[in-house]
Amino acid sequence: MAEEKRVTRVQELIYELTVSDVMKEDVIAIPVQTKMSELRETLRSNHISGAPIVDGDKLIGIISLQDFIDWLAEGQSDCSISEMMTVDVKTLYIDEPLVNVIDKFDKYGFGRFPVITRRGERLVGILTKGTIVEGLLEKLAITRREEEELRYRTNSIFENIIADKINMNLQYTIVAQDFQRAGGSASGLKKTLKYFNIHPRIVRRVAVATYEAEMNIVIYGNGGEILVKIEPHQIEIVALDSGQGIPDIEKAMQPGYSTAPSWIREMGFGAGMGLANIKKCVDEMSLTSTVGEGTHLKMSINI
Amino acid sequence: MKLEKIKDILQAEVIVGADDLQKEVKMACGCDLMSDVLAFVKSGSILLTGLVNPQCVRTAEVSDIIAICFVRGKKPPNETKKLAEEKNIVLLATDLLLYESCGELYNAGLPGCSEYGEDF
Repeated sequence: MAEEKRVTRVQELIYELTVSDVMKEDVIAIPVQTKMSELRETLRSNHISGAPIVDGDKLIGIISLQDFIDWLAEGQSDCSISEMMTVDVKTLYIDEPLVNVIDKFDKYGFGRFPVITRRGERLVGILTKGTIVEGLLEKLAITRREEEELRYRTNSIFENIIADKINMNLQYTIVAQDFQRAGGSASGLKKTLKYFNIHPRIVRRVAVATYEAEMNIVIYGNGGEILVKIEPHQIEIVALDSGQGIPDIEKAMQPGYSTAPSWIREMGFGAGMGLANIKKCVDEMSLTSTVGEGTHLKMSINI
Repeated sequence: MKLEKIKDILQAEVIVGADDLQKEVKMACGCDLMSDVLAFVKSGSILLTGLVNPQCVRTAEVSDIIAICFVRGKKPPNETKKLAEEKNIVLLATDLLLYESCGELYNAGLPGCSEYGEDF
């Protein structure tokens, strides 16, 4: 009976990843001039049990706690680290696939391998079983997130629409000074976007940006409109009003800058965070305004 | 932390969502400025606030806040309750002040929004 063969994602990753993906780059290397008596402090303060020995940036040996214990046991007088280090160092090249590396861990039984460049044999990192596990976990987390996003994209309503160009337009009317209904457009848009099967994180960014823009129209804009254009790869939101306009856009963009009267502040708005919030939520934003005529805010978010 | 536990810690009254007290919140945010809430809150939070107008429910809705607890003994008007029922947002109310409410929850192990990892 043939055993069922299933390749796990970890097994795949072992073939895909190379040493450079998982190695620790800020390797603690000990200069060859160091004395044996100084070694203990370096190992202790860095919480390591061994380290590569370098001459400049060139790897010339490796020393471990065991070498230090041997030196103590022999009761020798202080000497250069180069006399006690292992010279025949087993190293890894930066571009080796992880699958080779795992074989080497098995074969030699070492706890760590210095990583060097093929040309010049410069020391560029260190690899332990711990860094491999960390590297694999990180990669698995990223892969999962990518797969989730892909799932949202491929389940999107747009997958079933056949056309050369697709866009869907939505329009919301905003009534000035109507605080009971304020936020209704952002709410409606958020609910609508759920049917498009867009990732919740993106929906939330669209909703927050639209809500802030909507509140601006309610408070300052003398009423206006929010126009939304949904395309397969982006959502564009335009907030238009015919209100008082913004005299100094640069100033208005500054977090905390506000011209809101106190009754607006009492409602929990007018803290001067609206435009700054919008900027944080969207991928692109452009704001134009003419005093006495109105404001035009265009935002887009990539899906 | 379950809303049930939060209700007990803050000795809060349930105003909307008595059937939803088994819902979990991941973190809390205490703030009266809705734009600051929108800027800093992450999904799966409870909002502690002294603001009782319907805009706090709107803010909760757009930023995926699960529950709101009103502090300082404030009670929301009917339009706020109605909107919360419609949008499925749990409303609690406590007599504790904002600082005290936050302190009690933090002490019980509920983290703040900046301490919580990636936003989903």
